[in-house]
Amino acid sequence: MSIKEIFETMDYGPAPESVVEALAWLVDQGDRFGHFIDGAFTPPADGFESRNPATGEVLATLTQATQSDVDSAVIAARKAQPKWEALGGPGRAKYLYALARLLQKHSRLFAVLESLDNGKPIREARDIDIPLAQRHFYYHAGMAQLMEAELPDVQALGVCGQIIPWNFPLLMLSWKIAPALAMGNTVVLKPAEYTSLTALLFADICKQAGLPAGVVNIVTGDGAVGEMIVAAEVDKIAFTGSTSVGRRIREATAGSGKGLTLELGGKSPYIVFDDADIDSAIEGLVDAIWFNQGQVCCAGSRLLVQEGVAEAFHAKLRIRMDKLRIGNPLDKCIDVGAIVDPVQLDTISALVAANTAGEMYQPQIKMPEGGCFYPPTLIEGLTTSDTLMQEEIFGPVLVSSTFRTPGEAVEIANNTRYGLAATLWSENINLALDIAPKLVAGVVWINGTNMFDAAAGFGGVRESGFGREGGWEGLSAYTRPKGKTKPLTLIKPFKGDGAPADPLDRTAKMYIGGKQTRPDSGYSQAVYGKSGSLLGHVGLANRKDVRNAVEAAAGAKAWGKTTGHLRAQILYYIGENLSARADEFANRVNSMTGAKGGKAEVEASVQRLFTAAAWADKYDGQVHNVPIRGVALAMKEPTGVIGALCADEAPLLGLVSVMAPAIAMGNRVVLTASQPFPLAATDFYQVLETSDVPGGVVNILTGSHTEVAKPLAAHLNVDAVWSFSSNNLSSTIESASAGNLKRTWVNNSQAVDWSLDHSKRFLQAATEVKNIWVPYGE
Amino acid sequence: MDSQTTERTAQLPQVTEPRNPGMALDLDWVAGVQANTSAIERRAASLPGRRSVKKDYQAAWLLKAITLIDLTTLSGDDTAGRVRRLCSKARQPVRTELLDALGVDGITTGAVCVYHDMIAPAVQALQGSGIPVAAVSTGFPAGLSPFHLRLAEIEESVKAGAEEIDIVISRRHVLTQNWQALYDEMKAFRTACGDAHVKAILATGELGTLRNVARASLICMMAGADFIKTSTGKESVNATLPVSLVMIRAIRDYYERTGYRVGYKPAGGISKAKDSLVYLSLIKEELGDRWLMPDLFRFGASSLLGDIERQLEHHVTGAYSAGYRHAMG
Repeated sequence: MSIKEIFETMDYGPAPESVVEALAWLVDQGDRFGHFIDGAFTPPADGFESRNPATGEVLATLTQATQSDVDSAVIAARKAQPKWEALGGPGRAKYLYALARLLQKHSRLFAVLESLDNGKPIREARDIDIPLAQRHFYYHAGMAQLMEAELPDVQALGVCGQIIPWNFPLLMLSWKIAPALAMGNTVVLKPAEYTSLTALLFADICKQAGLPAGVVNIVTGDGAVGEMIVAAEVDKIAFTGSTSVGRRIREATAGSGKGLTLELGGKSPYIVFDDADIDSAIEGLVDAIWFNQGQVCCAGSRLLVQEGVAEAFHAKLRIRMDKLRIGNPLDKCIDVGAIVDPVQLDTISALVAANTAGEMYQPQIKMPEGGCFYPPTLIEGLTTSDTLMQEEIFGPVLVSSTFRTPGEAVEIANNTRYGLAATLWSENINLALDIAPKLVAGVVWINGTNMFDAAAGFGGVRESGFGREGGWEGLSAYTRPKGKTKPLTLIKPFKGDGAPADPLDRTAKMYIGGKQTRPDSGYSQAVYGKSGSLLGHVGLANRKDVRNAVEAAAGAKAWGKTTGHLRAQILYYIGENLSARADEFANRVNSMTGAKGGKAEVEASVQRLFTAAAWADKYDGQVHNVPIRGVALAMKEPTGVIGALCADEAPLLGLVSVMAPAIAMGNRVVLTASQPFPLAATDFYQVLETSDVPGGVVNILTGSHTEVAKPLAAHLNVDAVWSFSSNNLSSTIESASAGNLKRTWVNNSQAVDWSLDHSKRFLQAATEVKNIWVPYGE
Repeated sequence: MDSQTTERTAQLPQVTEPRNPGMALDLDWVAGVQANTSAIERRAASLPGRRSVKKDYQAAWLLKAITLIDLTTLSGDDTAGRVRRLCSKARQPVRTELLDALGVDGITTGAVCVYHDMIAPAVQALQGSGIPVAAVSTGFPAGLSPFHLRLAEIEESVKAGAEEIDIVISRRHVLTQNWQALYDEMKAFRTACGDAHVKAILATGELGTLRNVARASLICMMAGADFIKTSTGKESVNATLPVSLVMIRAIRDYYERTGYRVGYKPAGGISKAKDSLVYLSLIKEELGDRWLMPDLFRFGASSLLGDIERQLEHHVTGAYSAGYRHAMG
């Protein structure tokens, strides 16, 4: 077209980013890559091709890691770890800072390579992915610097296996590697097989930074390599990817003692209230669902619009969609690039093709010829029961529905197995700040979307996984408490055939929903003292008792909305009432255990209650310093319904140590009493009854831990399950927990010294950090 | 509604649209307006990274920008001679051999914008060029002279040959939310303009909030503004992308509701060729190509043209240019 013609049409024309430097880098590496192990690249071996999805061109040949490659990488990481940790925080900070600087120096090379490899628009790689990756290294250089002073009670986990997805290759690498290294861990990381190139370039800059050999190891390959890493001798697995793979990793690592964090899928709601700035909310949708072709775990893919404005909103949205430009990802003037791979394109196409509900809109925009592209798509008029309102599409496909009231918006938004992110638009601060805490999600954006920063934790609840990346809250995923633990062996009940000391029968029941309840099974078990005298009977809980207890706990949801002050009052009151019966409980403990620690145990229990009461209104969230005009509020929310198998060896203190911090944070608990010594727990419900604890907040079961473990861990309405049982049920529990990916905390046969106060750890496990982003300005 | 103007297309050579006749004041609409500052700023900040024009496309876009400029002088020391020089630049904004190399001709600026006393020399200097003269009016820039004198000023300027009148609104009506007063004032100005096109200067830098900008934009359109314009160029903050976004979204809503296209003029602070490209892409994205014409879009600028000329010479020669190689305006 001549200038004169363009003057009339005012078309944009092509604005390609040069790929010369990126291709030159690939050529310099021989277009063939091995792994990066122990500070050096291994020779290229059999593998697979890495293609540019926009053109189908082969960019490089990569090596499929073998078992021995993975083993070498883990050995290298293991060998390097002690020295890396011993280098100290400030020593590690220098390297992290150097990595940040190098990422910055090579920023355009990283951006172009990322766009070539992944198909994402160069603008996004250049303006979002790469700057955020740099930011994570800068931020965590600071965390390394501060670790010894600010986190004196924790240490590195050791070697971390990290498996990352293809949607944000370098950014996900940074989210994983930066905090791990900062806290003194070494890593074995596997990038996704579609998108390994920037990870290999990162390996190159690790060399340039002089990072000690073995601190970062990168192995390439498909899911089989991921499985090898999961099975390897590592201390922790961090995974970002699909919920189905996350579930398999949960099962595979069950009972292994490996730490696990999972950042999985989502079907995040995008709620527009009728008082929103509609034009801005529509522009936000472009960032929510057409960012990175919708291949974003936290994509605002489920649009919910208030009925009064729904028609006008959708009309404007369709007009906005007509303006989207799709095409060559390296063009600086396009909005939507290529889908990462033909396999993903098929998945998206099939999901949309199978849908018959609602009305579909695809703008009549010019589609590129060839390559892996899918048009921006809106499917409106769906209802919650439509598949596409529930299933993650992971493509540029927005589905929408309507709601009538704020309450209904929350209900629909939360009507999902996922809980990664949520967006809401309203100009009413009362409405916005009322709704945000009610949305079940790890991240909530008010009047904006897809805002990320290293200073604010990111991660989900429900089947979107667990663990946070970024912020202070993200560091716990890469640390563990200092000190060594001792093994815990099975504690067996005493046997006997004696008659009761007092012939007047006292029947210990279970405690469910604020009521003393007989076991569903109708079976009871005798409890004998050390000398063989009969101390009493307790009911044997079965799966139905578990069901009833969880139902009661779930029903006591209002507890989570009470004030910290109120919960503190009740905890103090429990402590007061326990203290009043201290001698009785001490005798009970002594008679069951045959030891003399009862008095001390009761005293410690009262202290735990007082400590939990103290924390109830003080375990504050944070306001994160994110680089926007606004705040990111890191709010601590109760985990939800927590099921726990309480310590066998400390019949009262074990139960109180779990219960007190959990209910202080607003959780409801289903506690299974010490199996050999259950009667302190059953006495304790009388204390609860006299202490104004609302029914259902604390539920106590008795009987066999083995019997209770599985139904409790598998229950889909339980949010976390903990086990301190001397019977090692860790594997059973973690395996069963995969159903709804509930949080687990199991002892793996390691003893806890209950005489020490571990309240902080319990408080942390009893809460989820939700980051609420509130940009402001008038 | 003013029946005289509803069916007439105006006399300006660029104009093909029916003039906006205005409508009854709709306060419900005004009250429902929202403008989320942070979100608007994010959109404005990311736009330059989302749209980019290169090579021939950039040259064509820059030529287009020239045709959209209200070449302006609003100084106390303006003289007939100064204004004649400006007008001659308006007729021939780019050196002929550059235009030849670019393969285009007939490029002039959109208008020349002056104070009342300079209308006569401007009209004379632009005779036969088809370039209209715009006059700032109504006690520009503060707009605080007696109301009857502001109306009289418009009438005098129209009589003197100005085809476009840039009026300033009373900011106090916005700041006190006196929408009826703003509507009445604008309507009176519009009536006083007669056949001349009226551009309403909102002085956005003095309106306090983007929400006020959005509301004032709507009111002025309801009262019959042909154009809405950001600023006088005399406020401390003039045209910005966020303000522009708010105003053109108001224009879009007004068009969707009434079917009348109202023009937009950002003024002050746009001095770089690159900035002008961002503005054009903003208009193209939010309003559409139809608004990329001089009857619906103008830059109020004095130094922008010089930078565009240098960029065009760079496009033709491949070498960066110097200011003195281009005729001063």
